[in-house]
Amino acid sequence: MIHASLNAYLLVSVLLFILGFFGVLLRKNTLVIFMCLELMLLASTLALVAFSKYNGTLDGNVFVFFILTVAAAEVAVGLAIIVALFRQRHTVQVEELNFLKN
Amino acid sequence: MSDTLFILFSVLTLACAAMVVVNKNAVNAAMFLLLSLVGMAGLFITLDAALLAFVLILVYAGAVVALFLFIVMLLDTKGTTKKLNKLTIAASGFGGLLLLLSVNFIFKRMQLPTPVVGVAIPSFKNYAEQLFTVYLLPVQVVGFLLLIAMLGVIVLSKKFKNTEAAK
Repeated sequence: MIHASLNAYLLVSVLLFILGFFGVLLRKNTLVIFMCLELMLLASTLALVAFSKYNGTLDGNVFVFFILTVAAAEVAVGLAIIVALFRQRHTVQVEELNFLKN
Repeated sequence: MSDTLFILFSVLTLACAAMVVVNKNAVNAAMFLLLSLVGMAGLFITLDAALLAFVLILVYAGAVVALFLFIVMLLDTKGTTKKLNKLTIAASGFGGLLLLLSVNFIFKRMQLPTPVVGVAIPSFKNYAEQLFTVYLLPVQVVGFLLLIAMLGVIVLSKKFKNTEAAK
């Protein structure tokens, strides 16, 4: 039986990060890759909150506050870039977006 | 009770995250991302960070996932043939190795801090005190960052005449 110790929270965080990592590697759709990036970011916030609780400080929680703000800005800019890309190339699949190669 | 909630929410989070990765349809992936966020908010509540859970639901479920769904429905995302090259397979192997090493490290060798009880309870008052004293400059910087991001999105979304001509 797993009890809710710091180890258990860190295990969930690592598993979530690895899931996001595999998603970024294996998926071809830029939007889904972006969602998997968000999953990786969430995994790091979970680790921060868990450490903050088990150390008895508030600093990790405040840091997660800032991470959420930056993530919101990042999503807005990233999606705007994807829309601009789609407007130019009419695709969002990563294997077709290699026009800087040659 | 707390352990049961922890297991419930972590299984919800991880299962929905796996569905985000596996699912072929981008709309379904966004929906599973939403469910995963709900599980994550539950995990935050089990960690006594209820304010962060509220903010997570507000910012992510309210803004980010809605934006994702909007863009997914705006763009025509047809699926293509999946062909994995050798580099991707090697990187996946590396990721699996990283997972095994991390789990081994967490459960065998990590020197964990002894849990401290009741020093700083994350209440609204404590958050406000921290944000307006210690973290005042970062709050200003983040506000400025949001302004720049807004301007950047406006510039990116605007149609310029020369880019249309270059195409």
